[in-house]
Amino acid sequence: MTLQTRSRIFVFVFSFFIWVALTSIKDGQEVVAGLIVAFIVSSLAGEFLITSEKKQHVVRRYCSALKYFIKFLWEMTKANLHVAFIVIHPYLPIRPGIVKIKTRLTKDSALTVLTNSITLTPGTLTVDINPEKNEIYVHCIEVLSSDIKENTRTIGGKFEKLLTEVFE
Amino acid sequence: MRLLRWFLGLLIIAAFLYGNFFCYQGAIFYKLINVILFCTLFVLFRVLFGPSPADRIIAVDILGVLIIGLLALLGLVHKQSFFMDIGLIWALMSFIASLAFAKILERRNLDD
Amino acid sequence: MTREFVGMFFIMLGIMFDFFGVLGLVRLPDIYNRLQAATKCVTFGSIGVLFGVFIIQGFNNFGFKALLGIVFIFLTSPVAAHAIARAAHRSGVKLTPGSVVDQYQDDRELKE
Repeated sequence: MTLQTRSRIFVFVFSFFIWVALTSIKDGQEVVAGLIVAFIVSSLAGEFLITSEKKQHVVRRYCSALKYFIKFLWEMTKANLHVAFIVIHPYLPIRPGIVKIKTRLTKDSALTVLTNSITLTPGTLTVDINPEKNEIYVHCIEVLSSDIKENTRTIGGKFEKLLTEVFE
Repeated sequence: MRLLRWFLGLLIIAAFLYGNFFCYQGAIFYKLINVILFCTLFVLFRVLFGPSPADRIIAVDILGVLIIGLLALLGLVHKQSFFMDIGLIWALMSFIASLAFAKILERRNLDD
Repeated sequence: MTREFVGMFFIMLGIMFDFFGVLGLVRLPDIYNRLQAATKCVTFGSIGVLFGVFIIQGFNNFGFKALLGIVFIFLTSPVAAHAIARAAHRSGVKLTPGSVVDQYQDDRELKE
């Protein structure tokens, strides 16, 4: 079985499951309509979901994804408390600036997840990405240092190790 | 001066919260919906008086995310699930609109 | 009964963070700081509201629509924030005068 067929079958099952979850099914006509819609979706856009073989085993990847998700939720709660503290403080204690960090990830999906996580974690917002040199420009609400290595360790280093386990 | 302005804002918010939660007689869901509508007033302030075009785009984008929560609560009050459909479509359109506005702001063409 | 209690707790938490995010949209000094506060807090708040609705409703089609809304907000809100921030910086919006460092501007000047 090639990679494209596997991706198409996965998209077919997934979109049919979403159809079943969204419509409360009463008779057979809705099931047939759902099958037709899922077939159209998977034949038009099915081949873009899985594009490369992964090295690690499936169970191990899902375990790291779960670990990553729990860590991410904790960081997000911390970020919200931090922002709430800044906003209700009368003198607004901020020291903003845009710094540059380096990353080791190369795949597009991994980079998307990394930048979204950076946006939702404490005090940082992704502004731009430079794919040739693997650099990400990050706007910080409190700049601690202007050194690249230091910023890479404190901003991106929390997620990179787990993300390489998930996406490679 | 800054402390005075902060205190004035605190006074307005406290007056709103007191009036909403202690004077207004209604179900608890309507009180929560009133808080979200009060938030929408702040967003509209930023839309009207934002100094640059980018501020207004941010405000419209944030409005789309707030509306999903509002419509979910409305659906919970009326026990109808089609409010959630409206919310999802609204979020989709607002996402596409903010991407298009960002491209226009950057002075690129839309088919780039 | 417990389920409704837990759901109401999540809804109230979400509305509280919605309010803080919108307050940040009004108070903070320039576009990038506003975008940070608004994106983080409003995303978390709307996710809290939708998760509370999901807990109250359980696994019927209303609950699944709320779950789909959570996934949708998680994916789209940071992307819109990133697009607006990049467009604002390229269209020449300066950082607030108290800023410390701007390495993006330095690199762009070096390239041109």
